[in-house]
Amino acid sequence: MMPELGKYADTVLSAYVASIALLGLLVVVSLWRGRRVRAEMKEIEERAARNG
Amino acid sequence: MIALLLRDLKLAFRAGGGFGLGLAFFLIVTVMVPFSVGPQSALLSTIAPGVLWLGALLACLLSLDRLLALDWEDGSLDLLATAPLPLEAVVTIKALAHWITTGLPLVLAAPVLGVLLNLPVAGFSWLVVSLLVGTPALSVIGTFGAALTVGLKRGGLLLSLLVLPLYVPTLIFGAEAARRGAVGMDTGTPMLMLAGITAATVALLPFASAAVLRVNLR
Amino acid sequence: MTFSTKANALWEYANPKKFLATTERVLPFFWASAAACLAVGLIWGFFFTPDDYRQGATVKIIYLHVPAALLAINAWFMMLLTSLIWLIRRHHVSALAARAAAPVGVVMTLIALATGAIWGQPMWGTWWAWDPRLTSFLILFLFYLGYIALWEAIENPDTAADLTSVLCLVGSVFAILSRYAVNFWNQGLHQGASVMRIEAVTGGDTQEKVSNVFFYPLLVCIVGFVLLFVALVLYRTGTEIRARRIRALLARERVGA
Repeated sequence: MMPELGKYADTVLSAYVASIALLGLLVVVSLWRGRRVRAEMKEIEERAARNG
Repeated sequence: MIALLLRDLKLAFRAGGGFGLGLAFFLIVTVMVPFSVGPQSALLSTIAPGVLWLGALLACLLSLDRLLALDWEDGSLDLLATAPLPLEAVVTIKALAHWITTGLPLVLAAPVLGVLLNLPVAGFSWLVVSLLVGTPALSVIGTFGAALTVGLKRGGLLLSLLVLPLYVPTLIFGAEAARRGAVGMDTGTPMLMLAGITAATVALLPFASAAVLRVNLR
Repeated sequence: MTFSTKANALWEYANPKKFLATTERVLPFFWASAAACLAVGLIWGFFFTPDDYRQGATVKIIYLHVPAALLAINAWFMMLLTSLIWLIRRHHVSALAARAAAPVGVVMTLIALATGAIWGQPMWGTWWAWDPRLTSFLILFLFYLGYIALWEAIENPDTAADLTSVLCLVGSVFAILSRYAVNFWNQGLHQGASVMRIEAVTGGDTQEKVSNVFFYPLLVCIVGFVLLFVALVLYRTGTEIRARRIRALLARERVGA
C-alpha cells in the first residue's frame, strides 16, 4: 500500500508528520480550552442563577 | 510646542534621563563585533555598514521604553492629553526629542565607530547620510511602539517584540544604502526608498500613535 | 431597501448570543467536511499521484505547503478585516474573531516554513536560504507573535481589542513594505506563485493532463484547509466569547458580594 517514495522517503514523511502533528496540536489545544471555558461558564451561570 | 520640546530635552539631559546610554550601548556593541567574528580587517570592512546600522537600531530601541513611561508614571501625560495641543503633535514632539537625544548622537558617532570596523573610506559619507535619513523613522516607529505598551508594567520586552518587525524595511534599505556606498555602487534606489519610508512614517504614524495613546489614557 | 435589510441581517451575527447559537449549529458540518476534504485530498495526493520527473516524491509536500502558506497570509487579512470592523462598528465578536484567528495563522505559518525547509533541503541543498519568500514568511511569523503577545499582555479586554486592531492595521502596511524591501534586498531561489500555473512545478511544457494529476488533489487540500480554518476560528471565537462572559459574570459576583 505504501507508495514508493524512493530516496525522498524521509523528506516527504517528515513533512507530513510535522504538519499533521502541528495541525493536530492546534485542534486539540483549541478543543481542550473550549471545553474548559464552556464548563466554567456553565458552573458560574448556575451559581449566579442560584444566588439570584 | 517648543516649550514641550525643550522640557523633554532638558529631562533627557538631566542625570538619570538616560541620555548617552544609547551612545554607550552603540559603542559597546561595535566593540563586541570583532570579538565575535574575528579581527580580520577584510571581513570587518565588509560587514561594517550592516553592523553599524544594526547597532544604531538597537541603541534606538534601548531608550524607547523611557520615551513615554516617565510621563505616564507622574501623570503629566494625562495633562498633555487634556492640553489644547493635539495629541498627534505631542507624540511628534516626543519622537523629535527622542531623535535629538538618541538618533542624532548615533549619527555623529557612527563614523568614529566606522574607523574601528575598517569601514572603506567611500562608505563614511553614505553611512552618515543613510543614518541621518533613516533614524527619524526609527524614532517615529518607536514612539508608536512606546504608545502601545505605555500602560504595561513589563512592557520593555514586548516593546522590542512589537517594534523590531516594524523596523525591518528601514533596516533593509538603510543598511543597503550604506553597503552600496561603501563598495562604490549606486545608492539611488535604497536612499530613495529610505527617504520615502521616513517621510511616510513621520507624516502618518503620529496619528496611529495618538489614537493608541488615547485608548491607553481612557 | 432589501440590501439594507440583508446587511442588517448579517450584522445580527455580531450579537454574541446569536453567534454562539448559529455556530453551534453549523460547526459540526464544518468539522466534518474539513476532515473529509483533508482526508480525501491528502490520501489522494500521498498515495495516488505520480512522482514529478524532476522533484521526485518531494512534490507530494505541495499538498501541505501551498494550502498552509495560502492560509498563513489570508488569516492575517481576515484579522485585518475583523479589526477594521471592530474599530468602525464596535462589534465585540469581530475583535474576538481576530484574536481567535491569530494562533491559527501562526500554526499555518509554521507549517509553511517547516514544510518549506524540509522540501528545500533536497531541492536547493539547504534547509534555509534568505530567499524573499521565506524571509517574508519569517517576518509574518514575527508579526503574529507580536500581535498575540500584545493581546496577552493587556488586562482590559476593550483596550486590548483597540490596541491590537491598530497594531494589525499598522503591521499590515509594514508587512507589505517588508515584502517589497525583502524582494529588493535579495532575488531568490523560490519559484513564483505556482498554484495557478502548476506546470511551473511539473517542469515546463508537460501536458495539461499531467499537471491536473497534481492540481485536483491540491485543490481538495486547499478546500480542506480553508474549511478547517473556518471551523477553528468559529470554535475559538466561541471560546473567547464565553471567556469574556465569565469575566463579566465574575465581576458582577464581586460587586454583588
